[in-house]
Amino acid sequence: MIKIRDLHKSFGDNHVLRGVNLDIVDGETITIIGGSGEGKTVLLKTIMGLVRPDEGMVQINGIDIAGLKEKRLEPIQGKFGMLFQGAALFDSLTVGENVAFGLHYLKDMPEEDIRVKVSRMLEMVGLDGIENLKPDELSGGMKKRVSLARAIARDPEYILYDEPSTGLDPIMADVINELIIHLQGELKITSIAVTHDMISAYKISNRIAMLYKGRIEEVGTPRDIKRTKNPVVKQFITGSSKGPIKVQG
Amino acid sequence: MANRNIINFLGKKIINISNHVGKATQLFEATIRCMFTAPAELKSVLNQISEVGIRSLGVILLSSLFTGMVFSFHMCYVTNLWLGSPALAGLGISVAMLKELGPMITGLVLAGRVGAQISAELGTMKVTEQIDALYTLGTNPVKYLYVPRFIACMIAVPLLTMYAGVIGIFGGFLVSAQKFKVPSSVFWNEIIEYVQVGDVAHGVIKAFFFGLIIVTVSCYRGLDCRGGAEGVGKATTSAVVISMILILISDYFLTTILMTIGIGVE
Repeated sequence: MIKIRDLHKSFGDNHVLRGVNLDIVDGETITIIGGSGEGKTVLLKTIMGLVRPDEGMVQINGIDIAGLKEKRLEPIQGKFGMLFQGAALFDSLTVGENVAFGLHYLKDMPEEDIRVKVSRMLEMVGLDGIENLKPDELSGGMKKRVSLARAIARDPEYILYDEPSTGLDPIMADVINELIIHLQGELKITSIAVTHDMISAYKISNRIAMLYKGRIEEVGTPRDIKRTKNPVVKQFITGSSKGPIKVQG
Repeated sequence: MANRNIINFLGKKIINISNHVGKATQLFEATIRCMFTAPAELKSVLNQISEVGIRSLGVILLSSLFTGMVFSFHMCYVTNLWLGSPALAGLGISVAMLKELGPMITGLVLAGRVGAQISAELGTMKVTEQIDALYTLGTNPVKYLYVPRFIACMIAVPLLTMYAGVIGIFGGFLVSAQKFKVPSSVFWNEIIEYVQVGDVAHGVIKAFFFGLIIVTVSCYRGLDCRGGAEGVGKATTSAVVISMILILISDYFLTTILMTIGIGVE
């Protein structure tokens, strides 16, 4: 279980998170929606300890990681897998080496077991047999799927998706959505996604939370969100330029 | 009003520089700490030694060979003009190459070649979230990325300096023998008779510190990189420029300290 309380984060004069409160229940897929620059990725990275908050609490399985030293944070970060927006594959390594990367740091895992697991993970994301390709030989959708295979290879308790469908054509975006649903069903991993793609949010989520002006504006099931009376959430999900959300520039 | 603006500007600059120095020191401290924790990244260290050392052999060869040749030309020309014959060419060239020109040429060339490569590589990894990805895969980026580069520079830069010294002396010999007809026995006997171990140690110790400057500055600038391609470009340029300036400044102070404590004085 993840508990977030009164979370604040600033970058210089830019106060991005202004008191976020959110509970994430084990086994669910929650999607955080919000406009560009609202701090969705910052929130995701703060949950994982990649960004340190200025104030507030992020509790992972009862441990507050906000002020934790690096040495004690590392094993908690090991409970997470993350699909980065740009896939973040190591371009000097092959696909197989990328997927195997985190496994080499697990003690007592023989090379043969690593090889078998890499094949199984790639098969799970529908990319079996591409172990020897380099990341620059892959399409955007393939990179994201390899990144997902790498993220799930270490059997994480939590998986974070940063804009999983951004930059993909609608069909490939749906392939990724199906994959997320399939992985949640098969591996029972708690999943946190951030996106501004509402089709994806409705499809993959058990709950949706909207981040607006550094706070959670509303949380609910996809059905609740679709029927919301909140003008901010309504404007965002309908994609209207008229309403309380002012577009800058 | 103008005075206040100047004080404001200087104050901000000082805070900014102190901030960078503090962060670079933290990175250095973390690197030293990670060097002694398992598992050892031996394969990565060997790759980096190859990258820093072996791949720099050609450029160091050319730059030190011609530096030695030019230095020999000036030395033989001046002594020929003043004393009627080229004198002390072997001693002058070897001391200059081993104590000063070898470490300096190596330091500056590697600040350009290796410093740019390290900061561009790490900067690209930073802006494409590959460094964040390392954390998510249970890997400490300091241990995986910086420690191998640090060890490689600590080993390769002093070795390349000795290599530069030898090549430079050889270049000097070619010019003194071919152009000024200095007998080879005179040239080499001067070196054997007068050049001391302290002269070699003087250059190697300086090279060690130059290596430290190059790897710390370039790794820090790469890690601190922000933005996209523009950020990587800025980080790379600043890594090279800062490394070169620090090498030039520290050279004077290192020389003073080494001479004061008697290394390379004979």
